[in-house]
Amino acid sequence: MLIHCPFCGARPSEEFAVLGDAGPKRPEAPGDDTGSDPEAWYDYVYLRDNPRGVHREFWQHVGGCRAWLVVERDTATHEVRSVELARKATAGREAS
Amino acid sequence: MRYGWHSIVRQALGGLSAVAPAWRNPEPKPAYDAVIVGGGGHGLATAYYLAKEHGLANVAVLEKGYLGSGNIGRNTTIVRSNYLLDGNVQFYEKSMQLWEGLEQDFNFNAMVSQRGVLNLYHSDAQRDAYARRGTAMRLHGIDAELLNRDQVRALVPFLDFHNARFPIHGGLLQRRGGTVRHDAVAWGYARGADSRGVDIIQNCEITGISIEQGRVTGVETSRGRIACGKLGLATAGNSSRTAAMAGLKLPIESHVLQAFVSEAIKPYIDQVVTYGAGHFYVSQSDKGGLVFGGDIDGYNSYAQRGNLPIVEHVVEAGVAMMPGVSRLRLLRSWGGIMDMSMDGSPIIDKTAVEGLYLNCGWCYGGFKATPASGWCFAHTIARDEPHALNAKFRLDRFRSGRVIDERGGGARPNVH
Repeated sequence: MLIHCPFCGARPSEEFAVLGDAGPKRPEAPGDDTGSDPEAWYDYVYLRDNPRGVHREFWQHVGGCRAWLVVERDTATHEVRSVELARKATAGREAS
Repeated sequence: MRYGWHSIVRQALGGLSAVAPAWRNPEPKPAYDAVIVGGGGHGLATAYYLAKEHGLANVAVLEKGYLGSGNIGRNTTIVRSNYLLDGNVQFYEKSMQLWEGLEQDFNFNAMVSQRGVLNLYHSDAQRDAYARRGTAMRLHGIDAELLNRDQVRALVPFLDFHNARFPIHGGLLQRRGGTVRHDAVAWGYARGADSRGVDIIQNCEITGISIEQGRVTGVETSRGRIACGKLGLATAGNSSRTAAMAGLKLPIESHVLQAFVSEAIKPYIDQVVTYGAGHFYVSQSDKGGLVFGGDIDGYNSYAQRGNLPIVEHVVEAGVAMMPGVSRLRLLRSWGGIMDMSMDGSPIIDKTAVEGLYLNCGWCYGGFKATPASGWCFAHTIARDEPHALNAKFRLDRFRSGRVIDERGGGARPNVH
């Protein structure tokens, strides 16, 4: 697999470390609206959609610029659809 | 037909006409008491024990491909029961005991070979961890021997004992562990289930699960609707997809694990040997090839094939352990899709949907578990409650915090 790092260009996947599914959203800290809900934490920590097909996931370019990325990849074919900076990708999610 | 010396003689004299298929290839009936989804090792074993132990024979096994086309044909054939944690220890020892009697039980040659499983250690800390695990095993009546370097050398002389970075100090040996001919396990269970009346339906993929008023009523399949009172999912690798048909979201990710076989060489490795400083496990098949594997690739995948970096990584670990194999050529490599659960342990349980049962989350330890998994799943389905042996493999253990994490790695499925 080649991953197109926004800073370093197309680089082999072994330069990257994979964290996993970028979907789960961490609940707010305890005391806030969702933070005290154990179900929200259960969902965040343990449950995954695990789709066969397009999957958004966090990768870090540890063997390069060390940027955190959100990679959209097909789990059935290993085709990398798109790569963007995690900062940018998650900024939109926080706003929504 | 019962297999034995008399059947060999009869078939030798009678020619091909005396050789009967080992199982039927029936059309699906409109309804069954119980349907098992997944015609791999676990699904077939479940059907076998449902019929044999619980007298439930109006059962179908639905397989989307051909019988045994999933992970039962894609593993490294290793069996062992060298676990540490409560729940796992008892369950895997049950599996080992079933392996020991399996061939007589289902009257099929599965080539069960108790050649020993040797885990190498490379530091004082690792020796202490293995001593602890071996002690836990012996307290449960399971065999375990902690070997020093000389004892390991007597068994496996060609290892790199004085590796500069990871010298081999000794190993933990389970002599009852070993290997089993994986395909024959599927065939033996299929034949045993079929002869007791179970319908094994191949090329039949489920496309939906019908639930009415919180109760399973049947499955939609590529070969039409099949009604059933009880539905067991044994679809490891694709568990999230089948469970999603019933509206369930699982604590599981699907990952690809690669395995390899080398060209055939003369008898070299008598045991199963695992490297403690990296992730590498190897045995030698009867054909002479070295069969080995290592880590999963690490990213979610349903592709049944991996990438080259892990090939290099696994082979490096192997050569570090036994440099003598460095010039062997690889004959084949392949990938299987693992249900990586969030604590590294499996799930055999009922669900909130009445009549729906789950068997999943085997990570890459599913093969050795095949008999006990089928045995416990059959009990859970037939009695509508888990057996004591799988009572800790509950789906809700993640919600309640009662995880069984052998590695202590936390909720990171790609590091178990």
